[in-house]
Amino acid sequence: MDPSNSGTALYRAMVRIRAFENAAEAASQGGVSAYGQQAAGAAKVRGPLHLSTGQEAVPAGVCAHLRTSDYLTSTHRGHGHTLAKGADLARMMCELFGKATGFNGGKGGSMHIADFSVGMLGANGVVAAGLPIAVGAAHAQKLLGKNGDITVCFFGDGAINRGPFLEALNWARVYGLPVLFVCEDNRWSATTASGPMTAGEGASARAASMDIAATQVDGNDVFAVHETAARLVAEVRGGAGPRLLHALTYRVKGHVSVDLAAYRDPAELAAALETDPIARARGHLLDMGVAAATLDAIENAARDEVDTALAVADAAPWPEPGAAFTDVQTTGAGQWL
Amino acid sequence: MAVTTTLSYSEAAVLAIQREMEADARVVVLGEDVGRGGIFGQYKGLQQAFGAERVIDTPISEAAIMGAGVGMALAGLRPVVEMRVVDFALCGMDELVNQAAKNRFMFGGQGRVPLVARMPGGIWDASAAQHSQSLEAWFAHLPGVVVVSPSTPQDNYGLLRAALACGDPVVYIEHKTLWGLRGEVDEDIAVPLGKARRMREGNALTLVSWSRQMQACAAACDALAAEGIAVDLIDLRTLWPWDRETVLASCARTGRLLVAHEAVQAAGFGAEIAASAAEATGCRVARLGAPRIPVGYAPVLEAQSRVGAEAIAAAARKLLG
Ligand SMILES: Cc1ncc(C[n+]2csc(CCOP(=O)(O)OP(=O)(O)O)c2C)c(N)n1
Repeated sequence: MDPSNSGTALYRAMVRIRAFENAAEAASQGGVSAYGQQAAGAAKVRGPLHLSTGQEAVPAGVCAHLRTSDYLTSTHRGHGHTLAKGADLARMMCELFGKATGFNGGKGGSMHIADFSVGMLGANGVVAAGLPIAVGAAHAQKLLGKNGDITVCFFGDGAINRGPFLEALNWARVYGLPVLFVCEDNRWSATTASGPMTAGEGASARAASMDIAATQVDGNDVFAVHETAARLVAEVRGGAGPRLLHALTYRVKGHVSVDLAAYRDPAELAAALETDPIARARGHLLDMGVAAATLDAIENAARDEVDTALAVADAAPWPEPGAAFTDVQTTGAGQWL
Repeated sequence: MAVTTTLSYSEAAVLAIQREMEADARVVVLGEDVGRGGIFGQYKGLQQAFGAERVIDTPISEAAIMGAGVGMALAGLRPVVEMRVVDFALCGMDELVNQAAKNRFMFGGQGRVPLVARMPGGIWDASAAQHSQSLEAWFAHLPGVVVVSPSTPQDNYGLLRAALACGDPVVYIEHKTLWGLRGEVDEDIAVPLGKARRMREGNALTLVSWSRQMQACAAACDALAAEGIAVDLIDLRTLWPWDRETVLASCARTGRLLVAHEAVQAAGFGAEIAASAAEATGCRVARLGAPRIPVGYAPVLEAQSRVGAEAIAAAARKLLG
């Protein structure tokens, strides 16, 4: 790891995600929440907002190895994945605000964040739904002879209990597809701890049962994620077939931004905060001789970028109401009744 | 030069896919047992002709078949997704309803999902409640998809080609008991999506149906003709977008509309057509579908779900009376 180059790049990737989500969370205060609570004032970011605070090391470490021509599918908690894949931060904020200038023209919002221009094929409001789509994209890469391109598929530890997870892993192995499955094991599924709801040892064990090599990694150590992902991505690119990365991390915030996670043991959170991936990376980089000023500058730049994005999103126009009738389908377009 | 041959409904489908696969290397087929030709022979010979990479045998994984179809389509292929029967398509329902149908809209037009999901429907003799459903109204209810249900070999050839060319996700419902039906197929006849076909002309009333139910309607029309009642019989062919122009023009002329379908009558697509016609033309309307019961196994029970020619003729007489 070259601290002055890749190390700080990883740091920057994480810090941008954190800054983006902190701002999005603040902009989601007030208004109507996803779970129906009504608050005074109009929130600028409305609806369910799933934050990945504390999990930034996983997308940062994995996506550092991806090219634009690689595909990525994501979850409901997809801001970090999208940014790490190279999506424009301001356009993402516009989408969260529901503005016409967002990636989806205001039709998707946080849960459907996507940037096809950088190969990011979409967040998903349905748990585990990204897995079969990812194997389809990888299957197409293989059939179209796009040798060396791969598809990465992020999913949570809760998703492994849905059928599409098993169907997709089996599929990927049967056809030897270039797909890297990345389980972000943050120990929680909404308000339920995942462990007691999961038979066996979890994602790695299930992958191993289907002859897919799986590797566990400390998902809060961005350097470890980066190094492990380097190997797995290279194997998948080289045609070795699917691999699974099981990243152990923690969901610092509640399930959605309005969820205070009162169901959780405070000691568990306190212990997890000790291993915050950004603080750890900072300490590590300082130890390696990177100047504090360099890291401060990265943080300030991220905050500035986010502030600009907020202003851009604020000023951006709403979609025309008529846009609700476009991009539904071509065949029979106009037959809305 | 027109090439006309007598083909079965399933052979017509094979020919349609073959022509599309010849013309476009991005067309692939995926599903269970497709390598051996599909359980109804509707893919017969295609794997031999195009190889196992383009006619892909899959695990029994309906969610993954449909979901992989979505991913393939997003990545530039034009998949034909085989669901075996509409009843099993339910195992891939999220992938159809939440993923395929909404992808283009939800992502602001960034992606397109040009896939054709074939899901044979309808009563399949003695196959009981889980292999005999007619669920087309569910899909017609779904913004983003096209719904097609051909009744003849010619239409199966033409509509399947049109479905593959259209660029939107298509739910393509062939009838489980029409596979052996033989008829003339002219390769040069294009059958556009969204255009109904008038099968008989008459001024007494308009009768609308689709898929195998067209046969019962034709028999009902024969009986009514013998009584001097001339029916305007319309095969809808595409349920979404449905051919309002043809149907409403006919209703305006006859002043009476009967929709007869094999699916359960309650909340069926007949209600949609009847309401539209009544709103637009003020015509008298009636619907005729199956009772709201699962399809039974014993012949006498299965018969309770069938909407036969006699019932259709009786409903027509009542509408006229
Ligand atoms: C099929 C489906 N069931 C339930 C939900 C509601 N839901 C949204 S996120 C979530 C928890 C998912 O847990 P996990 O996969 O571990 O991801 P995490 O939220 O921890 O990132 C649930 C139950 C859903 N969106 N989709």
